[in-house]
Amino acid sequence: MKVLQIVETAYRATAEEQDDTIIWIAHAMRGASAELGVLLAGNAVNYVTAEQDASGLTLGAWRQTQPPVPAQDVAALIRKDVPVYCIKEDLAERGLLEGKLLEGVVLMSRAQMPRLFAEYDQVWRW
Amino acid sequence: MPGYLLIESRDPFESTGAARTYELAIQLRAAGHDVALFLVQNGVLAVRSGARRTELDKVIRTQIEVLADDFSLRERGISSASLIAGVQATPIDSVVERMNAGWNVLWH
Amino acid sequence: MTTKQTLTFVLMDAPFESARTTTAFRLLHAALTRGCDVNVFAYEGAVALSFAKQAQHPNAVHGRDVAQEDHPLSRNWIASLMAYAHERGAALNWVNCGLCVDERGVGEAIEGVRRGSPADCWKMAQQSRATLVIPTK
Repeated sequence: MKVLQIVETAYRATAEEQDDTIIWIAHAMRGASAELGVLLAGNAVNYVTAEQDASGLTLGAWRQTQPPVPAQDVAALIRKDVPVYCIKEDLAERGLLEGKLLEGVVLMSRAQMPRLFAEYDQVWRW
Repeated sequence: MPGYLLIESRDPFESTGAARTYELAIQLRAAGHDVALFLVQNGVLAVRSGARRTELDKVIRTQIEVLADDFSLRERGISSASLIAGVQATPIDSVVERMNAGWNVLWH
Repeated sequence: MTTKQTLTFVLMDAPFESARTTTAFRLLHAALTRGCDVNVFAYEGAVALSFAKQAQHPNAVHGRDVAQEDHPLSRNWIASLMAYAHERGAALNWVNCGLCVDERGVGEAIEGVRRGSPADCWKMAQQSRATLVIPTK
């Protein structure tokens, strides 16, 4: 069974969790031999941009030692043979289309979504 | 070809995401799939007669089945008489029915 | 004879935060009423839905004591649906994501709920006719 995971919400509790929890669960299911694809849409397209830096969070004497690194986690999914797609229109709306994007991400237009869905047995929208 | 049930829980007034769901419904229908849109929670605020809605009209015109959760409608005081044409009040069981039929069900 | 179907639901919302929780439970009830076996993978905040120490309280705004207020508790909803499933010869299989339980300190879950991992989520989905993810916002 192949499942496409659509990720749209971004930076939801990522500092507290030290991960995007949907990218994380995709990794965990991949570790259990799941066949997956990931489609980044909406604000989640920001995960493929360069220079994201959530380091330095300090609360009293507490300092975060493992800040979330979503771009690296997305890159790691690609290395694990999980195709990662990104909606071009959502990048453009956010002024990201001309910038440096993560290598290996497949850009596609929203209109191509039905065709992408057809490549998977199921589609889960997070 | 699998069917798609798109569940929209958000209204189109506070969120642009609802319009994306409506658009996806139209695209999937155009690709030849059976498609239904199930409005639940604040998603039903779009179907009261007189509510401002443009994108949902497009979905109805495409002859996609548009269903509205009966409990959500009643909770918000939207009677069957005040539903816009093309929308059917339905129990939540219609989601389970389609899951049992192997449809892809996507929640927004 | 109709073959019994298994459906999987993935939940994320903590109790008392969203209408999605009520809708999710309505779906579980509807699925069990139809005779389905139901799997639930509780992820993130949803692991608190089964926390055994949830407690009712009075409602002074409405002038109701604890008994009168009869406040809903998701742990009671889960227990009720488990009994409902049993009466109908069906199964409600509830698994909490263990790491999510640990970070939230809600390890004391009601009877019948077990601890698991994303591997369980994947296994449940593989064994099901369909899977519905109800994400948090």
